[in-house]
Amino acid sequence: MSTPLLEVRDLKKHFPVKSGLFHRTTAHLRAVDGVSFTIEKGRTLGLVGESGCGKSTLGRAILRLLEPSSGDVLLNGTSIIDTPRSGMLSLRRKMQMIFQDPYSSLSPRRTVAQTIREPLDVHSIGTPAERRQRVDELLDVVSMGLQVRDRYPHEFSGGQRQRIGIARALALNPEFIVADEPVSALDVSVQSQVLNLIADLKRDLGIAFLFISHDLAVIQHVSDDVGVMYLGKLVEFASAEDLYRNPKHPYTRALIAAIPVPEPGRKRARLIVKGEVPSPINPPSGCPFHTRCAEVKAICRSELPAAVDVGEGGRSHLVNCHLYGKASD
Amino acid sequence: MSSDQQPLLRVRDLVVEFNTEAGVARAIDGVSFDIYPNETVGLVGESGCGKTVTGLSILGLIPSPPGKIVQGSIEFMGRDLVSLPEEELRNIRGSEISMIFQEPMTALNPVFTIENQMTDVLTRHQGLTRRQAGKAAIEMLDKVGIPIPEQRIKEYPHQLSGGMRQRVMIAMALSCGPKLLVADEPTTALDVTTQAQVLEQISLLQDEFHMAVILVTHDLGVVAETCDRGIVMYCGNIIESADINSLFNHPRHPYTEGLLNSIPRLREKKVDQLPIIPGRVPDLFHLPEGCRYGDRCNRVTDQCRQTAPLLQSVTEHTAVSCFHPVTQTSG
Repeated sequence: MSTPLLEVRDLKKHFPVKSGLFHRTTAHLRAVDGVSFTIEKGRTLGLVGESGCGKSTLGRAILRLLEPSSGDVLLNGTSIIDTPRSGMLSLRRKMQMIFQDPYSSLSPRRTVAQTIREPLDVHSIGTPAERRQRVDELLDVVSMGLQVRDRYPHEFSGGQRQRIGIARALALNPEFIVADEPVSALDVSVQSQVLNLIADLKRDLGIAFLFISHDLAVIQHVSDDVGVMYLGKLVEFASAEDLYRNPKHPYTRALIAAIPVPEPGRKRARLIVKGEVPSPINPPSGCPFHTRCAEVKAICRSELPAAVDVGEGGRSHLVNCHLYGKASD
Repeated sequence: MSSDQQPLLRVRDLVVEFNTEAGVARAIDGVSFDIYPNETVGLVGESGCGKTVTGLSILGLIPSPPGKIVQGSIEFMGRDLVSLPEEELRNIRGSEISMIFQEPMTALNPVFTIENQMTDVLTRHQGLTRRQAGKAAIEMLDKVGIPIPEQRIKEYPHQLSGGMRQRVMIAMALSCGPKLLVADEPTTALDVTTQAQVLEQISLLQDEFHMAVILVTHDLGVVAETCDRGIVMYCGNIIESADINSLFNHPRHPYTEGLLNSIPRLREKKVDQLPIIPGRVPDLFHLPEGCRYGDRCNRVTDQCRQTAPLLQSVTEHTAVSCFHPVTQTSG
């Protein structure tokens, strides 16, 4: 079996919660609590979940922008976590990030050309003339005219800024990009422009993406595979086609049912999930979703469900739920 | 909505301007619409289209300076709110017309308990004593679905989750039984599962309180599920207004059609390219001549580039401002 581009093994990121006079660690917030998956070359994994489920932390921990508490991340078979700090720079050439907020992720004091050129400067790639040429190429890739080279971020709209951020992420020809909610700050008419751009990049440049979003409709458009996160854990993982056509986990079903559909009169039988997401400092015993699940059984309260493969036709479809597998009645 | 009823709110030719460093920005430019009792109307558009400013001007909450209503009238049950003195406006605000905001953390005062803030409204408008107001507040919190309200009411806003805070805002807004609720992106900051809960709650309470709701939102999905009518805004103008079925099934304005097409929605089959609206919203200082949507429109002609189309009635409750509206197609 060939090595996948990216492999995440039982990754955990716990943040200490400090309190009291001596600022002692009294608890841990389990932002990411044992997540494993792989991404093949050129594929896009969509990671979906509600706020606080740990999806952004996971994205950052994979790039080691946050130091994971335990677990491992392998890029082309090389552990990112074991790489000494000095070796990280060369690894980072292969993996880049696109941020959510196009307003705070670009330096207001740098021109567009300076911003896009920065990764080339940091990694000492090419002569000044070559760098200039590369910047022009990148502007063309993200469909921006060359006349914007010497302008500053404040002169651009959110959608255009996001294009600049994407050009910067592409500068080093990465194999893998983490895109953290790249379109959620944008208006709908601009959202689809940026989503189409990302779909083009994936197809034309063969880049693999970890695409993080709270929006299931956006995730469907860009993803080959989809992982659903809840309270720091993956609860379902399948190909996009299978997940949307045949969602298995009660949480995934509720998420899909809760999306408002722009078709009046189609009042769907709304599966309204009760209550709220419990605190990741003190997560529920057993299945993390059992406090809100409509199909809860006794075993859910005490035992954490393991991943069960319910896939058909040889495709893998993992779900962490007691309703499936041998434990079901 | 029934045509024999008198409108509750009648906005006519409203113009709001803001003085900015770059000059005077006309945030809304001649907006007219009616709201009837008990109906829910969605005010939709992208950022900067003037939907929030429209909502704020109804309550006289335009920050002034820099903002100013320079023209037009807002008639609410026979009174023109624009010319009403601040003192009288204050009596209407929070009692007959209420508003809920997008970010419930900034809309609630962090240094007072929920009880403190809720009873303030009730003693001010209903003339209740503190004790009566406290009881009424607990009842309201119970109605909006807050568990253990008698305990929750003693807490501070930061102790509540986003969804709970929005419920508190709703409870506060409805505590005096308003005739009109202006809800500005009430669920945008919430997760989808919480959004579903809150929207459900608003529509249940609307039936109970017999109030009209203006739902200001960018989310066409929310409009389709909750509203009777939709008003679409673009660059400070209303470009289309129609009942929900014709708006979504037979949009007349090319912008409405473009917006509907470009929403990433769950599809049976994945498409290669999402349909888009080319270009972007022009800024208020560099509006194009003629139709403001002209530069992005696929039906644009010379006529559109020279003269701005006016909002024209098509049927009794539908209006569109376009020289070349999308023709009705079957399906």
